[in-house]
Amino acid sequence: MTKQKKEPLVRISKRTSGLPTWKAWGIRVAALAASLVVCALVIYAIVKMNPLKVYGAMFEGAFGTNKRIWVTIRDTMMLLCIAIGLAPAFKMRFWNIGAEGQILVGGIASAACMIYLSKTVTTLPLMLLMLALSIVAGAIWGFIPGLFKAKWNTNETLFTLMMNYIAIQMCAYFVALWENPFGSNTVGVINPQTRIGWFPKLLGQDYMLNVIIVLTLTVGMFIYLRYSKQGYEIAVVGESENTARYAAINVRKVIMRTMAISGAVCGIAGFLAVSGASHTISVSTAGGRGFTAIIVAWLAKFNTFVMILISALLIFLDKGSIEIASRYNLSNHVSNMLTGIILFFILGSEFFINYQVKFHHGSKREARA
Amino acid sequence: METQKSIKLVCITKTFGEVTANDAVCLEIHAGEILSLLGENGSGKTTLMNVLSGIYAPDGGNIFVNGNKVTIRSPKDAFALGIGMIHQHFKLVDVLTAAENIVLGLNENKLVDLKNVRIRVKEICDRYGFVVDPDRKVFDMSVSEKQTLEIVKVIYRGADILILDEPTAVLTPQETDKLFAVMRNMKADGKAIVIITHKLHEVMEISDRVAVLRRGKYIGDIPTGDTNPQELTDMMVGRAVSLNIDRTEPQNLTERVTVRNLTVRDIDGVKRLDNISFTAYGGEILGIAGITGSGQKELLEAIAGLQNIEPGASITYLPREGKQVELVGKTPQDIKNLGVALAFVPEDRLGMGLVGNMDVSDNMMLKSYRSGKSVFTDRKTPRELAQQVVESLEVMTPSLSTPVRRLSGGNVQKVLVGREIAGNPALLMTAYAVRGLDINTSYTIYRLLNEQKMRGTAVVYVGEDLDALLELCDRILVLCAGKVSGIVEGRTAKKEEVGLLMTHLGEGAKA
Repeated sequence: MTKQKKEPLVRISKRTSGLPTWKAWGIRVAALAASLVVCALVIYAIVKMNPLKVYGAMFEGAFGTNKRIWVTIRDTMMLLCIAIGLAPAFKMRFWNIGAEGQILVGGIASAACMIYLSKTVTTLPLMLLMLALSIVAGAIWGFIPGLFKAKWNTNETLFTLMMNYIAIQMCAYFVALWENPFGSNTVGVINPQTRIGWFPKLLGQDYMLNVIIVLTLTVGMFIYLRYSKQGYEIAVVGESENTARYAAINVRKVIMRTMAISGAVCGIAGFLAVSGASHTISVSTAGGRGFTAIIVAWLAKFNTFVMILISALLIFLDKGSIEIASRYNLSNHVSNMLTGIILFFILGSEFFINYQVKFHHGSKREARA
Repeated sequence: METQKSIKLVCITKTFGEVTANDAVCLEIHAGEILSLLGENGSGKTTLMNVLSGIYAPDGGNIFVNGNKVTIRSPKDAFALGIGMIHQHFKLVDVLTAAENIVLGLNENKLVDLKNVRIRVKEICDRYGFVVDPDRKVFDMSVSEKQTLEIVKVIYRGADILILDEPTAVLTPQETDKLFAVMRNMKADGKAIVIITHKLHEVMEISDRVAVLRRGKYIGDIPTGDTNPQELTDMMVGRAVSLNIDRTEPQNLTERVTVRNLTVRDIDGVKRLDNISFTAYGGEILGIAGITGSGQKELLEAIAGLQNIEPGASITYLPREGKQVELVGKTPQDIKNLGVALAFVPEDRLGMGLVGNMDVSDNMMLKSYRSGKSVFTDRKTPRELAQQVVESLEVMTPSLSTPVRRLSGGNVQKVLVGREIAGNPALLMTAYAVRGLDINTSYTIYRLLNEQKMRGTAVVYVGEDLDALLELCDRILVLCAGKVSGIVEGRTAKKEEVGLLMTHLGEGAKA
């Protein structure tokens, strides 16, 4: 009975009453700053370079020239578009990890229009048709797992994931079908001379249309999720299906409808990728962005405006690390490490927002990130 | 030789975020004594005992056992000090036998000798008058048997200070008597017993001393013999409270809902409701009593269109004005579209009745958000309703935009009941409407139900506290294992009679 135990030094408890918004953002900014410091130490320790120079190079990689700025914007818009598509599904707690496939089928639909209809349909109707078909293709790809979930309660994570592989195989088939030049095993740039089916320049910028489309979706999805009756239904179903049934919401219908919408927006992302960026199609058109966008959607807690910031940050890190890798002849791993450190801190800061850490001897001070 | 143990809690403080669950609470526990820890819900009784049994670490304060300061970091440490807690929700493994559950987690370094365990279990049972079959699987046991097993488990581990967290909440009156007899035996054997409860008559019956907590603060302790229920209530609530429910004579009884031959099977094909028939009248409160899990939930959900009903049943609803409607085979959407003025306060408040992460205002529109032709929701009307509910029912909330899961249990229930009553129901069904609520809020709910009764609503009240059922309801339908075991008059029925009907099918079974 005399055995004495020491009290634990650190205790972690959940914040029950939430932090004020400014404090939460303070923690996030502090985390970003701390991550830059740690990165600087790593850079100095490993490659013995001036960290400020490296950061400068990263910045130049993303914003160094006018062209680079617009490529960064274009890729940000692409990632943002996918994240917007995922938002309603995840808000409904439907684990849609099938954005890759939904993007690909949208891209296939767009590419098919560009290849088969370039001689018969004029530019504006063609663009509208491409948009419509990519929406339909993506919507079908999203609707199928929604249908199976609603009717037979299949596991949507596995289902959407497997739909990705089907889409990739389909895409491989079309790449073989549309191969150009023969034997290259790629589709090549579609309509390089006529530029039919390419996004037109707006205000003198190649990618202005991408920005307009995605920002329209950003505002539209924000309003849809927050103020529409359907958005309210999505929120209730996501919180508790029992409550939804109790409130006379047709849960099956909501699941199928929401997944069709989610897939449709991802289909638009495929349209952007093919018609508004690469002007070709390949199995790597989605390129893993369907997964990266999951992080964007969750970090932003489905607020589409916050998603703009997060996609911009991720694309900036991506462009910056490519630049430092090539400029200083660094291995890819170093830039990946830096990206990893920064993401680690940003994700880690959510811990300090949701939990408080108390030290045994400190009275009631709250630990900061 | 067992030493006469005593425990002293000094200035125990425990906070959860901004909520102080225990504020410098001091308490003494003596061997050979039954101490009642009395307090309203949210007053910090369970938190304090969880600190003592090693589940929570206190933010401040000290614990002394026999005058020595101790630090309890885990339930294991607590057991080493002879402190054992029997939780409200049992911590047993269903597929194991009683004996296996008892030795589970003991971490003895040798092979488990179940034979020996059986002998020791039998010793314990004989000593205190328990009945436990060591070879019975837990899933075959009734609630009261499981509770007995939990107590034996704790004693087997050498506890001489037993903490029971609301042990009678799940028991019938007869089972409660048995438990109390066992507790007296343990007391006579020199064990210290703490019973957490908010039922005053039990406090008076079983305990030697009462300690009262209010809003996390220690109010005082008093020998049970020197006090009375009214004084204890005043200590608990902090001011004088009247403990009477106004039961008016039912007037203008009109048939509202008639259930005939209702049978419901669960997902495994087990009958949860078996051929239920009854009528609920507008202008009366129909109580539904029964052991938890006797089909109460299924009955209300069947009427609300949330259960699959076996063929051959009929549920006819007669509105205040208009033609009668058949509810069997209808979805909640259909029932809503038929204009049935149905209000339902389900048992699972945050898991079914409300959306925990939404604020009061958004929860107000849960059932009405469809109104209007616009694709957008109308935010103004629900906000006004939220404001009105918060004001008229005195809901304590920091603001209308606080998620309801952050509110206390009583305030959550006020929001839910407020919304359901605002729909002007002709039929109001409530499941365990006052479970976990403090005395004050409970009486607010009783008052609201009585108001509904007086304006001609048919009120169906599923309850677990027999005293409250007998004081509030005009008639009480008793369920036993999914069957109607009898329907008794609330004004004349005896508690024991209802208790018997809960466990044995009465002759009313065929009615």
